[in-house]
Formats: sequence, C-alpha cells, structure tokens
Amino acid sequence: MSPLFLNALEVILNGLMTGVMYSLVALGFVLIYKASGIFNYAQGVMALFAALTLVGFQTGQIPFAHLINAIFGTNVHHWGAGMPTFLAIIFTLGVMVLFAWLLEKIVLRHMVNQAPIILFMTTIGLAYFMEGFGDLMWGADIKTMDVGLPSGGSFWLEDFTKGWAAEGTEYYGMYIDVLDVWAAGIAVLLVIALTLFSQYTKTGRALRAVADDHQAALTVGISLRTIWIIVWSLAGFVALVAGIMWGSKSGVQFSLSLIALKALPVLILGGFTSIPGAIVGGLIIGVGEKLFEFSVGSMIGGATENWFAYVLALAFLMFRPQGLFGEKIIERV
Amino acid sequence: MFYRESGDFKTSYAKDQQTFPIKLDRYGVYIILAFAFLVVPFIINDYWEKSVIIPFLVWSMAALGLNILTGYCGQVSLGTGGFLAVGAYACYKLMIAFPGMNMFIVVILAGLITAIVGIAFGLPSLRIKGFYLAVATLASQFFLIWLFNKVPWFYNYSASGMITAPEREVFGIVVTGPSAESWATYLFCLILVTIFAFVARNLTRGRIGRSWMAIRDMDIAAEIIGVPPLQAKLSAFAVSSFYIGMSGALMFGLYLGSAEPGEAFGIDKSFLVLFMIIIGGLGSILGSFLGAAFLILVPVLMKNIMVGAFGWPADLAAHLEFVFIGGLIMFFLIVEPHGIAQMWRMTKEKLRLWPFPH
Repeated sequence: MSPLFLNALEVILNGLMTGVMYSLVALGFVLIYKASGIFNYAQGVMALFAALTLVGFQTGQIPFAHLINAIFGTNVHHWGAGMPTFLAIIFTLGVMVLFAWLLEKIVLRHMVNQAPIILFMTTIGLAYFMEGFGDLMWGADIKTMDVGLPSGGSFWLEDFTKGWAAEGTEYYGMYIDVLDVWAAGIAVLLVIALTLFSQYTKTGRALRAVADDHQAALTVGISLRTIWIIVWSLAGFVALVAGIMWGSKSGVQFSLSLIALKALPVLILGGFTSIPGAIVGGLIIGVGEKLFEFSVGSMIGGATENWFAYVLALAFLMFRPQGLFGEKIIERV
Repeated sequence: MFYRESGDFKTSYAKDQQTFPIKLDRYGVYIILAFAFLVVPFIINDYWEKSVIIPFLVWSMAALGLNILTGYCGQVSLGTGGFLAVGAYACYKLMIAFPGMNMFIVVILAGLITAIVGIAFGLPSLRIKGFYLAVATLASQFFLIWLFNKVPWFYNYSASGMITAPEREVFGIVVTGPSAESWATYLFCLILVTIFAFVARNLTRGRIGRSWMAIRDMDIAAEIIGVPPLQAKLSAFAVSSFYIGMSGALMFGLYLGSAEPGEAFGIDKSFLVLFMIIIGGLGSILGSFLGAAFLILVPVLMKNIMVGAFGWPADLAAHLEFVFIGGLIMFFLIVEPHGIAQMWRMTKEKLRLWPFPH
C-alpha cells in the first residue's frame, strides 16, 4: 500500500474519533430537544461548567475565591485537600442536577408556550450566564484535567501498521491518540445506556411520551416539570462526560464552550430528533472536515476546519431540510 | 396630561402619513436631534467619543440591520459578524483604491457590496427555516472570517494581516485616522445613522416592510395571499446586510481604526447584536437604539463602578458582566419578550389614560 493511501486512512480514522467527540456534545442537544422542544445552545457551556466544577472539586478549590477575596480583602484559594476522582464526579453530578432543578424553577417554568425561537435565545442568555458564572466560581485560568484516562499515541498501532507500506517507502506507522479510542468506547456505552434507559424504564417511557405529545402526556398524569428536571439533569450528565473527554484532550478552558458551535452542523446533518442521527452526523462531519483539510485544505491556505462543517451542513440542507434522520417537516396554514 | 391626541386631527394625507403621527413624539425627536446636532459636537471630548457615543452609533446601525432581518422578516441570523467584516474590508479596499473619494460614498458603497454578499448568503433561506437557518448562517460567519484571514489581497499583503484606516476626508474635513477631530467623526456617524434610521422607519411602514412582516408571521399564508417569498426574503437580507455593512465600515474606519477579522468580527459580535435587538425589542426601530444603548452603556458603567469605585480586578468585573448580561437576557425574555421598546409603548398607553385607570 502506498503511504498516501495509508495517510488518508489515518486521516479518516482520526476524523471518526473527532466525530465521536462532536457526537457526545450533540447527544445532549438531542435529549433536550426531544423532551422539551428547546434547542439548547448552552450545551457546550454546560460541558465547560461541568469540567470546571470537576477540576475544582478534584483540586480542592474554594468556589468564588476571587469574589470573596475582592469583597473581604482575604486571600483564600484552596481548602488544602482535594477529592478523589470518583467522589468528585459524583459531586459534580450533584451540582448538575441542582443546576437543572434551579433552571426549571427560575427560568423554564415561565417559558411554557413561548415560541421556539424565544426559547433558543433564552438558552443563549443561559450560555452567557453560565460562562461568566463558571469563571467567577472557579477562575478563568486554563486547567489541566486528569481523571486517570490514558492518553498519547498508541505505539502498538504504530508498530502494527508500519509493515503495511510498500517496501522501500518511508512510512512510520499511524498515529492515533489512545484517549480518542477511549472516548469512542465511552460514547458507545453512553448511547447504549441511554437507549436502554429510554426503552426499559418507567421514567424513560415517560420521557418518550413527553417527547411525542406534551398535552397527551399531561393528561395521563406525567408531570412535565419533573420530566424537564430529569431531562436537563441527563443533559448535564452527558455534558459532564463530554467535558471530561474534551477537558482531558485539550485542557479545561473557554474554547471548550465553542465545541457547541461545532455540534450544531452535526445536529442539522443528523436531524434534531434522532440519537443515531447525532452519532452518524458527528462521524460524517468529523471525517469530512479532516479529509477536506487533508486533500484540499493545504492548497487554499489551511484551517478549513473552521468553516467546512457549516458549509457542508448548508449544502446538505438545501437537499434535505430536515436532516438525515429528522422527522419530515409538514407545514400547514 | 401627556399624549393627549384630542385636537390633533389630521386634515390631509400628508399629515396622516408622516413618520411620527403623534405631536409629542415628533417634538421629542426634533429636540433629541437638535441636541445631538447642535449641542453635543461642541461639548464632546475624546473619552466620550471613543468609548460611548461612537460605539453606540455604530452598534445601533448594526442592530437596525439585524432587526430588519430578524425582527421584521423573522429570519434569525448568527452571521452578523461576517457581514460586519465584509463592510469593513470593502471600506478598506475602497479607501485604498480611491483616496480622494468622499467618505460618505465609501461607506455607502461598502454597504452595497455587503448587500450583494448578503443576498448570496440569504439564498438558502428560501428552503431552510428557523433553527436550521440560524445554523446555516453560521456558515457565512466562519467562512467569511476565514476568507479575510487567508486571502492576502483583502488586507493588501500587509505583514501583520491587519487592516488600518488611512486618513480620509469629507469636504476637506478629516474624519478617519488618528488625527481626526472628535466632533468630525461624531457628526459623520450621526448624519449617516440619522438618515438611515429614517429610511428604515419608513421602509418598515411601507409595502416592502409589510411584506416582510407577513413573511415573519406566517410564510405560507403570506405566499398564498400573494406576497412573493423570494422577493421579500432576499430584499430583507439585502437591506439588512446593507445596514450591517455600513456599520462594519464605520466600525473599522471611525471607531476601531484598525482591525483583525477573528478578533473584531468574531462570533461573539454576532451574539452581541442579537442580544441588542432582543433586549431593545424585536421589530422596532426605536428598540434597536435602546438595545444598543443598553448593551454599550451597561458594561461601561459596570466597569467604572466595579473597577473604578470598588477597585476590583478587571477580570472579575468581566466575569460579572457576563453573568449580568446573561441573566438580563433571560429576565427580559421571561418578563417582556418584546423588549424595552414594548415597555415604552406600555408607558405611552398608560400616559394617554392618566390620571384615569381605564
């Protein structure tokens, strides 16, 4: 096999891995959209917030240390001892559930019956709020996250693929980050768990009922408010997983919240209402942008990954406005 | 007491169709304009010009543009930053290519160029609606910024990749560049914004504005009663981009002086303009100004109080600002989804009846 072909193969593999990471964020969107019809722009910031909180608990930071220091003139930073990773994850989950509960109490219950676009803008406001709040709580400096996942290139794969190239060519094997493989595995587990949850538990059935028809669900005695809290908690959980993965990969920092923007084309490609759609869409975008950068990008100046996903989604929408797996849009006067 | 319309009878069509039909409104506008044109230029200083008034005018123009598209025609756009960049770069290239050209013409031409780009990116709106369109407009944001970063022709092959405004004149008075006087830049901005605010107000009252609103309220029904969606949507994109392009030109030429696309026209700017029209009021010309004023003044005020008066570190103030603005957006959408303009309308209704309750 020629090195060019092998390089392309490597690019595709890496694209698939990146795609899985996009899908992780897109999953949270789909969950909330299905259950409440809200297009939650804040999903990316939720991932950032969850990651910040986790690191904060792990390293034993004092929340709002900056603010306290500014008001009282003190100089506090850390409790002195951090938490073990497992405990920190549990606590962070608790924070996300608390957040979902507060959000329902303070914001969402007033937004029933508003136009979808108003709800969307509310979540943009929420994203701004959480971004500032997270930084206020834990500080804006870039943090490294270590939850014990392995990372770095896989030597085994490098050695394994080295022999594939034809004799006499210079080829050093494929590079794939072990962390990405782990992320892919965890994403698969997450999707399986979510599917099982929504198919085989009572709460899951209630979730699907609400997604189908709000009013019918209300008439058979399902509490919309409880469901919303559960859904936002679930989205918080997915955000935490995404936050851990992205945080371990590239550090916990502001740019983490921007992956939400990358998840948007994934969503419109896959359709807002479909969990498999989020996965497939993520894979298409991941592979597409990596391949485009590999084949065309270098000719036109590089960094095409910034916009390729959007243009691809745009071109795709022209032919199928509801996405790959989305429900067909029927319009009536 | 106020807003009594008794005795304000209309006896001619011209009176019936004037821009501000209520006398008190009309006089209010005259007084504000007289103050802005006759008093402010003499008392303006460099600080007020650079950090309050020029930003307010420039962002008002952008908010007007987006309000035409989103507020009047119902097409949500997240690509404002990209169109601002088109305006800025068109302005730069025109300034370089025609050094003797009047700045008014340069700015308006920059707006027209942006309008053409806007029509191109507005084409998908015929097939895509709602959220899907909002995401699709992100393509224009990221693609345009990338283009201005990567194609050296746009920034005239300068080593830093930045564009810097040279000195240009209007009737012999320098309005751009470092040596421009405060009052000159201010008046230049004010004249453009005033003229085009009136144009926008009257566009939205006329046939074309009504066709936009029909499309916004229900596009299929509008199509059935004979509003052509192609014309209405594309004209909304064109007019909106024209305003945003002019705003971008003013922002680059008069306000920032130099610009780098990723920083000056990033996605956060798109959201900022969107917030302005939400807080100010969707589908209201007055709302565009109120929203811009609010989102320009509040951060300046908060910064002055927290950093200046309390002596808090600047990064803390920046975070609190985010929390405050985010919270405010949610507050407004819960309490008054139609923004400050609607509050003003309610106040007017109340004043009309005062002192009687009904």
